[in-house]
Amino acid sequence: MDAIIDNLPLYLEGFGTTLLLLVVSGLAALVIGTLIAAMRISPVASLRWFATVYTEFVRNTPLTLVLFFCIFVLPLLDVRLDFVTRAIIGLSVYTSPFVAEALRSGVNGVPIGQAEAARSVGFGFRQTVGLVVLPQAFRMTIPPLINVFIALTKNTSVAGGFFVVELFAVGRTVANARGDQVIPVLLGVAAFYLLITVPLGLLAARLERRWVVQR
Amino acid sequence: MTNVLFDAPGPVARRNSLIASIAGGIAILGGLVWIFFTLNAPRGDLPGYFDPSRWDVFADPTVWRYIFVAGVWGTLRAALTAAVFAVALGIVFSLLRSARTSWIRIPTAIVLEFVRGMPVLLMMLFILLVLNTGSFWAVVAALTLYNGALIGEALRAGLASLPKGQREAGLSLGMRPMQSKMLIEFPQAFRQMLPIIIAQLVVLLKDTSLGYIVGYVELLRVNMNQLASFYGNYYLFSFFIVTLVLYLAMNLSLSWIARWVSRRTASKTGRPTPNPDEENEELLKGIAKANAESRQTGQGSI
Repeated sequence: MDAIIDNLPLYLEGFGTTLLLLVVSGLAALVIGTLIAAMRISPVASLRWFATVYTEFVRNTPLTLVLFFCIFVLPLLDVRLDFVTRAIIGLSVYTSPFVAEALRSGVNGVPIGQAEAARSVGFGFRQTVGLVVLPQAFRMTIPPLINVFIALTKNTSVAGGFFVVELFAVGRTVANARGDQVIPVLLGVAAFYLLITVPLGLLAARLERRWVVQR
Repeated sequence: MTNVLFDAPGPVARRNSLIASIAGGIAILGGLVWIFFTLNAPRGDLPGYFDPSRWDVFADPTVWRYIFVAGVWGTLRAALTAAVFAVALGIVFSLLRSARTSWIRIPTAIVLEFVRGMPVLLMMLFILLVLNTGSFWAVVAALTLYNGALIGEALRAGLASLPKGQREAGLSLGMRPMQSKMLIEFPQAFRQMLPIIIAQLVVLLKDTSLGYIVGYVELLRVNMNQLASFYGNYYLFSFFIVTLVLYLAMNLSLSWIARWVSRRTASKTGRPTPNPDEENEELLKGIAKANAESRQTGQGSI
């Protein structure tokens, strides 16, 4: 136990980096993912095609390989950024197709009768989308989006294997230094992760429950 | 959805959309060409990344043999072992989680919540350092535990989505609850959730690459660490592209199988089966339904 208390500043520093990775790459993934989702439902065929290929390509590439690209291959291409920024780029690119899929399935999940009803009472495109479809789609999108962010939280640990000093990397360093207390040291790291993922999971479950009652 | 939102496009709108499509296509193509030429530009006194001299190592069959024997097989071996154990563990988890007695159900729910909230990488490190198993079993055990938990939840959702009459029919034939569950409900739930389970196995296959960080010898380590440092940084980019292509080939073919199974089971059972592309959403719906049902029947969930 004292291994955790002695290294608490290190832990908190790692936790801070994890939160930084989570928030910044989460926001970036939200932006890229929204763009991709918009492309996927756009009337322009070539954009649709591009978004589909991008989604398939990124979703079937392991995160470790994406981060490897950002850390070891980007310098070969004369990109000079620090490790944290490059890890954020990798995490946002990797997360973006999952965000796009969550958004798209939300819009597709609104029963088509809703849009038909709106059209039949004379609503135009903007009114149909703004007043009828999006408010419902938004609600159905939030729980899957939260789950994407939970996955992102866990995925930030992979950056710890690539020179970014976040929770996992701190845990590994401390565990190597204190070989006698490996179990408490690593459980401490796990506790910090659960501090983020469990509340998010409970929130998602709460929202899902409401959503199920509605339908 | 989109065809309801707009009025049917007239000739002008159709022409505009075609022009936009061609313009977008040209823009995307231009981007790809730009990337190609940027990569192919000479770096200092070294040639560009698509220069034949950067790729000549792949003419050597021993390199390919090493990639396949050590790398691809290392990845597949870990993935196959973990897949078998994960499905088995998922079955156990789903049965425990939907047990009637609360002192089995609630601890299982807590364990599942704990496992699902933790990074797989941390589990690998934990097993590696604490249980001292060696890197292969650390990778396999962590992947088994994590994916077993998710497959378990998927199967539970499948059990909950069955019509009540199935179980009632089993019980009325004089089967014990366990018999009805194993002989009647489970086979149907399994078939219903097969596409999602296969989609989860794609995740498992991708996650074997985490073994790179804990020192397991798989595709990424073989190509990017052993071979790339043996042949030098000159070939790093070429090895990266080969690794990427191999991973894509493995994962895309497994994803394709998931889709094929989904179509096949859908046409056989006549019921819509979950689409593996929307695995998260389907899983959410199922789990939410399972939770709602257990509340209704008084078996409160946590």
